[in-house]
Amino acid sequence: MTGEPAGTWHRLHPLSPVVRSGRGVLAVAVAVAITRSATSGSGWLEVAFLAAAVVAAVVSWLVTRWRLDGVTLRIESGLIRRDSRQLPIARIQAVDVVRPFLARALGLAELRVRLAGSSDADGRLAYLTEQAALELRAQLLATHHGLDPATPEPPEHIAVTVPTGRLLGSVALSTAGPAAVMVVLAGAVLAFVSAAALAALAISLVWLLIVCLSLVWRRVSTMYGFTVAQSPDGIRIRRGLLGTVAETIPVQRVQAVRVIEPLLWRPLQWCRLEVDVAGSPGRDSADGTARMRKTLLPVGRRDETGFLLTMAIGAAVPGVTRPPRRARWKAPLSYHFLAAGHDDGLAVSVVGRVRKVTTMVPLEKAQSVRFVQGPLQRRLGLATVHVDAAGHVRAEFRERPLAQARPLVDELAALSRAARRHGPPAGSQVAGAQAAGAQAASVASPVNAAQSEA
Amino acid sequence: MRCAEVLACAVVLAAAAGTGAGLAAGPAAAAIVAGAVAVGAALALWFVRNRFRSWSYQERDEDLIVERGVLIRRLSVVPYGRMQFVDVTAGPVDRVFRLATVRLHTAAAASDARIPGLERDEAARLRDRLAALGEAKAAGL
Repeated sequence: MTGEPAGTWHRLHPLSPVVRSGRGVLAVAVAVAITRSATSGSGWLEVAFLAAAVVAAVVSWLVTRWRLDGVTLRIESGLIRRDSRQLPIARIQAVDVVRPFLARALGLAELRVRLAGSSDADGRLAYLTEQAALELRAQLLATHHGLDPATPEPPEHIAVTVPTGRLLGSVALSTAGPAAVMVVLAGAVLAFVSAAALAALAISLVWLLIVCLSLVWRRVSTMYGFTVAQSPDGIRIRRGLLGTVAETIPVQRVQAVRVIEPLLWRPLQWCRLEVDVAGSPGRDSADGTARMRKTLLPVGRRDETGFLLTMAIGAAVPGVTRPPRRARWKAPLSYHFLAAGHDDGLAVSVVGRVRKVTTMVPLEKAQSVRFVQGPLQRRLGLATVHVDAAGHVRAEFRERPLAQARPLVDELAALSRAARRHGPPAGSQVAGAQAAGAQAASVASPVNAAQSEA
Repeated sequence: MRCAEVLACAVVLAAAAGTGAGLAAGPAAAAIVAGAVAVGAALALWFVRNRFRSWSYQERDEDLIVERGVLIRRLSVVPYGRMQFVDVTAGPVDRVFRLATVRLHTAAAASDARIPGLERDEAARLRDRLAALGEAKAAGL
């Protein structure tokens, strides 16, 4: 499919409408079956809905086409409201290959091209054959790095895999697990106290339990078999139990990295790693790819994460210093872990008491530096300095002494300016050949990421 | 401009409360209520004026600094190269006083560089200068 000369229009796979409307059609079919068997009334209405859904899916497939010309991916769709979008490949933030269960059974895959901005700007090709999706991904990433599009997908080096046992343990020790236990305990206590009360509350308890378990299930099924691999075209993540997701994040697109250590994980020295990619969080999607915050590691030992951190931010983590003791008056609870520090290329901050979060923002990616001082902080001679990265993430230098905070703002602004000018430190480029492409992408002037025309 | 808003609100409120109280409990109560509203308005005026005086901005070679706040002091440093777009808005009251608000947007949700109450010409100049600088120093994400 992608072997043809660039510039020809392609259709999606003919089975796409089946997969796209598969779940809905199945639900309607089941509903029809139930109504037919339960009552003697005819199921014509349901059948009509079914037919309409099928026709809509087929038409949508008929009018959707895509092509790759040189540096843009063009996708046209829509019958009544034509939508033609052009995705500049240099501006790609991440490329995902998503395989829901049904698509996987048919050997199909969806390709999602993420750009900065809203999720409306995303390019989605649902569905291609797996082979075509992987080829197109390789082509897009090669073009993104300024290489010949025909360059084959570079080899990868598997960095970390998450054992299933540890994943299950981590889910059991996260919010949903203990919540389920609490629900069961509450039920047991109620049963012990009075059977009547249990009977009255049984249904809500069962519902709570179902909610908890579905959260657990979602987490396990999306994070199952988590593998992180390093390759010259970016960080590759593969995960999923029934439906699988393969994400590729070009390293120079990482805006921030966060290390999260919830209370219950700390005795085991476990932590979670998340990377932020530019863009606003999209509409919630079950497989978690719509969010611009991507899990780099759902659970791992603290000492294992060093390698991944180096991979994602390409620099050693600078040492942190603690705020002065008088900050206890301002932050009595969170003082425990509060710390922050920076070096030439990276700002690090640690916040949170129950959920300890270490945020790392490369100064090259800093969008703005802010200084905030509340009334209590002024009394204590303290101030907070924020380093904002694209999206909603920021490193907060909380409760710094005023004498440090004000110069810190200027210093961070100057460092971030210098970092932007010189580009990322040499270590952050996985392969030297791609540094040129990365630089070219980062100096281009901003244009609209995607243009939709009615 | 805000002062005008506060004043107008105070006059309307005082009149409304005064007539309300006057109808309910006689002219003495009306005077008391109107007085209370006047004191409140004076306080609000003082607060708004301070808040307004605290607002300052500085155009440097590489970045824009916006400082504001009385109770909570805030200072933002936004590099021109990080600017995504510039907004100039003028509400109805702004327009009466020939004022406008200039706002800088970056890719970060939290960076807030907003400069309210600029003369319309100054706002236009600032917008053009920021747009030109943003173009010249643009950096990708």
